[in-house]
Amino acid sequence: MQRRDFLKSGAGLTGFGLAGVGLETLLLPRYGRAVPVDALSSKIDGALKKRLATTALEAATKAGATYCDVRIGRYLRQFVITRENKVQNVVNTESTGVGIRVLANGAWGFAASSDLSVDGIAAATAQAVAIARANAKIQTDPVQLAPNKGVGEVSWATPIKKSAMEVPIKEKVDLLMSVNGAALKAGADYIRSVIFAVNEQKYFASTDGSYIDQDVHRLWAPFEVTAIDKASGKFRDRRGLSVPVGRGYEYLEPTPAGRIALPGGAVVYGSSYDMHADAIAAASQARAKLKARSVKPGKYDLVLDPSHLWLTIHESVGHATELDRVLGYEANYAGTSFATLDKWRSKDFKYGSPNVTIFADKIQPGTLGAVGYDDEGVKTGRWDLIKDGILVNYQVIRDQAHIIGAPASQGCCYADSWSSVQFQRMANVSLAPGAKPLSAAEMIKDVENGIYIVGDGSFSIDQQRYNAQFGGQLFYEIKNGKVTEMIEDVAYQMRTPDFWNACAAVCDQRDFRFGGSFFDGKGQPPQISAVSHGSATARFNGINVINTARSLG
Amino acid sequence: MSIYSEQDAKAILDKVVALSKADECTASLDGSIEGNVRYALNNVSTSGIVSNAELAVQVAYGKRSGVATINEFDDASLARVVARAEELARLAPENPEFMPAIAKQTYRPSATFVDKTAAITPEYRAKVAADSILPCRANKLVAAGFFNDSQSFSALANSNGNFGYQRETSLAFTCTVRTDDAQGSGWVARSLADVDQFHAPTEIQIAMDKAKRSSSAKALEPGKYTVILEPAASADLLTYMFRGFDAREADEGRSFMTKKGGGNKLGEKVFDERVTIYADPWDPAAAVLPWDEDGLPREHTPLVTKGVVDNLQYSRYWAKLKGKTAVGEPGNLIMTGGDKSTMDLVKSTSKGVLVTRTWYIRMVDPQTVLLTGLTRDGTFYIENGEIKYPIKNFRFNESPVIMLNNVEEFGKPVRVLPQESSIVMMLPPMKLREFTFTSLSDAV
Repeated sequence: MQRRDFLKSGAGLTGFGLAGVGLETLLLPRYGRAVPVDALSSKIDGALKKRLATTALEAATKAGATYCDVRIGRYLRQFVITRENKVQNVVNTESTGVGIRVLANGAWGFAASSDLSVDGIAAATAQAVAIARANAKIQTDPVQLAPNKGVGEVSWATPIKKSAMEVPIKEKVDLLMSVNGAALKAGADYIRSVIFAVNEQKYFASTDGSYIDQDVHRLWAPFEVTAIDKASGKFRDRRGLSVPVGRGYEYLEPTPAGRIALPGGAVVYGSSYDMHADAIAAASQARAKLKARSVKPGKYDLVLDPSHLWLTIHESVGHATELDRVLGYEANYAGTSFATLDKWRSKDFKYGSPNVTIFADKIQPGTLGAVGYDDEGVKTGRWDLIKDGILVNYQVIRDQAHIIGAPASQGCCYADSWSSVQFQRMANVSLAPGAKPLSAAEMIKDVENGIYIVGDGSFSIDQQRYNAQFGGQLFYEIKNGKVTEMIEDVAYQMRTPDFWNACAAVCDQRDFRFGGSFFDGKGQPPQISAVSHGSATARFNGINVINTARSLG
Repeated sequence: MSIYSEQDAKAILDKVVALSKADECTASLDGSIEGNVRYALNNVSTSGIVSNAELAVQVAYGKRSGVATINEFDDASLARVVARAEELARLAPENPEFMPAIAKQTYRPSATFVDKTAAITPEYRAKVAADSILPCRANKLVAAGFFNDSQSFSALANSNGNFGYQRETSLAFTCTVRTDDAQGSGWVARSLADVDQFHAPTEIQIAMDKAKRSSSAKALEPGKYTVILEPAASADLLTYMFRGFDAREADEGRSFMTKKGGGNKLGEKVFDERVTIYADPWDPAAAVLPWDEDGLPREHTPLVTKGVVDNLQYSRYWAKLKGKTAVGEPGNLIMTGGDKSTMDLVKSTSKGVLVTRTWYIRMVDPQTVLLTGLTRDGTFYIENGEIKYPIKNFRFNESPVIMLNNVEEFGKPVRVLPQESSIVMMLPPMKLREFTFTSLSDAV
């Protein structure tokens, strides 16, 4: 992707531009062409999509392809971007086109086109078949595609109550201006805030006999508050504690059930988000961070809130159990994995303590990964990756299933655009809640010397997913079973299996919440995907904490 | 068809500007053809060609502006895209920081286009893959790599009569080579404008050699070490640091360039006196477009001279507010050095660590630009001027600002492309003391 595709473009020196691999937190890519507001509630006619798809399937079969799938996609994005009392940008974008993938002579070929005419689709299909035949010449092992029974004509839609695309721009601007005003009044020096809405209208057809129409919605409302102490030259940021969701605009309408007050006074959010209240809290917490005591480095028992733990799960389990990484397909860029096939085959590799059961899914309502079918027409589901601490499975797609002896794909295939080829992407990966009743307050009662971490901060992990370092938004000291005071400059360093084997307890289902990201990068050329991670609050004993404060002299 | 001639591009942009009934109109037309080949496990995994052109139209009524883009250029589409931009502009609230379209400019062309690079064929890309894969197959090594080439054009125009057009080419190659027992890993990267300077069989030997030599690495204690960073290893560290060169962020008090008590560090000595960095769109080895995203002309801009900060980046709005002249935002960074190669720097090192590549760098504390990340694909212990043995990868927690105060010596700059941005950089291999490694990684 070129730099100029990014809204807050960074073609220059100081821009916050293109991310490489891994997650990025406040990137705003601009897809396709900007469209008027009325276009955001329209759709491409279903019969037309079926006719176009049939053109490609027939042309591919006639050209000798043994398999073909067609994705006709219309990708809509809306951004409302503000700082303080100013709206910096309002952008609507649309990108429409078709991606055609074929198997010929045992090799994959792919071509994409924005030309949605019968002739345009036939030409792209011919190109895909030609590329497959060229790739077949130097290929040593033919593609083995796990069986997938056609499902006929079906449809699926994200269960939303209120489409964010249909909410007037003025309403969104008014919300952000009120949020920004409240933060400034509460002591913030600066605030940036964004509403980011996504609608992917995806039509999939394959020679297996599937015609799948899906309407996928996602929403995110991040902000970042800055507090400054001019005299000392010190500044601190506190980012919003909202979660990117597979929900409608109703997520931004606060309900009492969505508000969760944590031991020690921080407030986080679940099923709905109060952006206004969070911005006010952020302003006072950013000011408090300026004066908070700097952490003493050493070993601590960590109590990690789901608003923080999702990112640790993502990096140290989600990526490590992607089969393409395990096999070496991402070696040059995203990297490989320590969770090698021999560890899995031993049925005895202790990834974590017996408290750790981690599952993958593409079905939990409200998550970013939830869809009816993946981008190769496989019905989605749920499966365990780590069961009672033991590595039991990976994440696979159709052409990988045979490698682990699986009878079918788990439905992990995704492409970020009609113009990108689909490949294995992370499902939602979540830590299962504990079976015994346990609240965060009860968990903290037993901790003598610990740190309670809320929200995600800086993050970095090696290319085999062993050594990681994580920060956070809010850190609280725990002394003799009580949350005492806010502390600062905290980051913990971990070795993945040691960390998960130090998991002493996980709170119960009542505390189960999600975090997630819109921007998980992988592949060359890079593609992004959106993914959620659920957990309840969890305790990890004896983790190494470093102090991140430095002096520039 | 996605590469337009200057004449055709101008005809489209002129039509767009004439169609707009708004107070002002700025339009840009960009097109590219990008080819790539990707391989892993000693097999080609994907290869393709992506061709695209896009027109962006920004219009304004007073301080209300709107942007629309389109990739069809017939008369009806041009009328539609202008109408859409105008509709969005009417819906947008007033932006008090709105800046009007720039005046007519004179752009001095830079040598960004090489015919031979634009003529790269699918067969050439297949050969790059074969040149990487075949020697690895023969040596019990496993190659995973990516070769990407691009030819493109950029054109811009506005209702003040401004116009610019220029073509560019580039290529980028990266390859990771691992031993077949997964105990060793090496890497090579090359970024160039001219394909004649690229020779895959030579490049792959670097990664193969590092893979073989990095097998069975020993563990060193984390701590402070003298390091030699190969040019590619420091590129992303500098990428993060230069985000702090934004004048507004510094003046607002939220950058390492913020001065205690208010204001910024312009004119202050912030780095070792051997640190000199400038931007120059006409640099023969690292040429970039002679204008920035706003269409402002880029200039030869000193950023740091002998450790002193000469320039911060002022947006047009911030420059106006602060009584400064806004200059085009740099598209490249050139750091001066000496004549020595990386291996020459090794020869003069009694004890130290050689770093091939850095990875997953993230900001830990913007106050000090404290960054964390890891070494990867070839980390070696140096003793008495020789590479003694491979060592396990380290996690570092280090600030590039501190690092550029702990300078021992710089070698000869080479062209590198960071992973976290697309700024073209000329960076020397750097020998630095007291670089902070905080933990060991088992990753190979």
